[in-house]
Amino acid sequence: MLEKVLKGRPSFYIWLAVLGAIITLGSLVYLYQVFVGLRITDLSRDVSWGFYIAQFTYMVGVAASAVMLVLPAYFHHYTKFKKMIILGEFLAIGACVVCMLFIFVDLGQPQRVLNVILHPTPNSVMFWDMVVLSGYLCLNLLIGWVTLEAERHQVEPPKWIKTFIYISVFWAFSIHTVTAFLYAGIPGRHYWLTAVMAARFLASAFCSGPALLLLLVFVVRRVTGFDPGRDAIRTLTKIIAYAMGINIFLFCLELFTAFYSQIPGHMHPLTALFSGHDGHALWINGWMWTAAVLAILSFLLMAFPGTRDNESLLPYTLGILVIATWIDKSLGMLWAGFTPNTFETMTPYAPSIAEILIGLGVYGVGALIVSVLWKIALDVKREAGTFSKPA
Amino acid sequence: MKNRRQFLKVAGLSTLGLAGGLALPGMARAAGLKDSYRSGQEALKGGHWGMVIDTRAFDSPEKFEAVISACHKYHNVPAINSKREVKWIWKDGYHQTFTDQKDNYPAKDVLERKYLMLCNHCVNPACVRVCPTQATFRRSDGIVVMDYHRCIGCRFCMAACPYGARSFNFEDPRNFLEDRELNVSFPTRMRGVVEKCTFCSELLAVGKAPLCVEASEGAIVFGDLDDPASDVRKVLAENFTIRRKPTLGTEPSVYYII
Repeated sequence: MLEKVLKGRPSFYIWLAVLGAIITLGSLVYLYQVFVGLRITDLSRDVSWGFYIAQFTYMVGVAASAVMLVLPAYFHHYTKFKKMIILGEFLAIGACVVCMLFIFVDLGQPQRVLNVILHPTPNSVMFWDMVVLSGYLCLNLLIGWVTLEAERHQVEPPKWIKTFIYISVFWAFSIHTVTAFLYAGIPGRHYWLTAVMAARFLASAFCSGPALLLLLVFVVRRVTGFDPGRDAIRTLTKIIAYAMGINIFLFCLELFTAFYSQIPGHMHPLTALFSGHDGHALWINGWMWTAAVLAILSFLLMAFPGTRDNESLLPYTLGILVIATWIDKSLGMLWAGFTPNTFETMTPYAPSIAEILIGLGVYGVGALIVSVLWKIALDVKREAGTFSKPA
Repeated sequence: MKNRRQFLKVAGLSTLGLAGGLALPGMARAAGLKDSYRSGQEALKGGHWGMVIDTRAFDSPEKFEAVISACHKYHNVPAINSKREVKWIWKDGYHQTFTDQKDNYPAKDVLERKYLMLCNHCVNPACVRVCPTQATFRRSDGIVVMDYHRCIGCRFCMAACPYGARSFNFEDPRNFLEDRELNVSFPTRMRGVVEKCTFCSELLAVGKAPLCVEASEGAIVFGDLDDPASDVRKVLAENFTIRRKPTLGTEPSVYYII
């Protein structure tokens, strides 16, 4: 099926070239980082993780979110999702690669990365994260390819693939739970030491991931005419609305525990996030308030059928939801884990230009993978006659 | 056709034989070495090395300087004056050191005093638990050490350590050692790895006490916490001591007399 990539409109190749340029720029900056070290980032002794690990965390959620299509389709036989599932699975592949790359660019000694496999360490959550992420990547590659091949030949997918599909549902939950355990199990980082971390991660993933997927599908619909079907969009929007509601609810639980108990360690990171430190406002405060307002706004817009089913409004609703969850779960989450630091003081951190450029390069790789895979999937659908109007 | 196949067969077998021939003696040697590593006659042995710092005795900047520079000089710790500094032993205020002590009215001299901080060589170290490559590990004598050659620089240990005891080499530390006399008996590090205090395990191995203990002129007592007759246990029995962040369950091996 790979030959589908070779036949396309010029605009497709221009898009790939743009991505290629972004990737090249990111690679060059990364090369510089390899030579001089991580001093080109704004990371420090006290804030030792930042932009890279934040993006990794967010994108694990996007990878896991394919399950929001797979689960209704295969556990509840909701067939209207079947048309879009392949796009969710292929998005998960791109997201998995992005996650792995963000871990890789964060390493001080990337050439030693295989030490994680050469010296497997079951008590390290990082080891398990590697296992579940690579496993999820393989599952989606296998499932995506086999089901698309079947669609191309216009036959039912082989029965054995269902076993893998069921496994992938549970696997999706595992990748984000394990990622939350990276943070939720370490002593002395007050903001992270919370039992609802994994639940919050999943709720955030199951609204932001499908929202991103829908946004990309809308772009594809405009560019190629692919129609996922109105009912599928409406059902997925409902799922997003519920997940966002749970996400906000879980965040409020954190607020209650911190501010009703009045335990300083629980309150400090939250007050620092929203109102700064020692009376000084910090750059992150504006971002966090933006996230809070956009989160509530996007939820309200999706809570009521009138605005939820308004298709011209929906892209904006989804857009602000993605921005809100991205701020909260990536930089906000990381920053607050290190603020205040282990000495109860504050070390400033804001991503450097180099970090952002390398990050863009990594996202470029993800976008390239998703573009190519979606092109293949959509061309197959066009040939099989499952492209425009829902059956 | 037949010739080529034969050639490939012979070439393949020869390569295999050559590789095996080269590898086998090495493997045999390695297997033999496994039990041949023994600590030297003069090595200090302990079941659980620990330390008591008498903070009352550290009443001048010079006393801190003596201890800190003894450690940093010997271990080739670069002096980087930024938030990306590398430090094995350092000093800070009362509230920064003992973050759990939220007293509003601490005694004047306690508040004005500075306190030494270093790796706590925890009994239950979070850094060891999270390391994905076992590059940091706890030895049978309780010392938590690093393998700089195995560390991948993921910095999970830095996030996990509640004491800020770990430093990362954000750039080549040797750049900061150029105008300094190097101690060639201790390795310098490279960029991209984490490092920290070793409790001078390399000196214990040759029968010497840690450098900070030597330089402190009696203000730091070092010894085996498992041995009730040790100096360190005697000092603990006679003085009220506290540890940093004891509620986290990491069980630090460094005690402070306030």
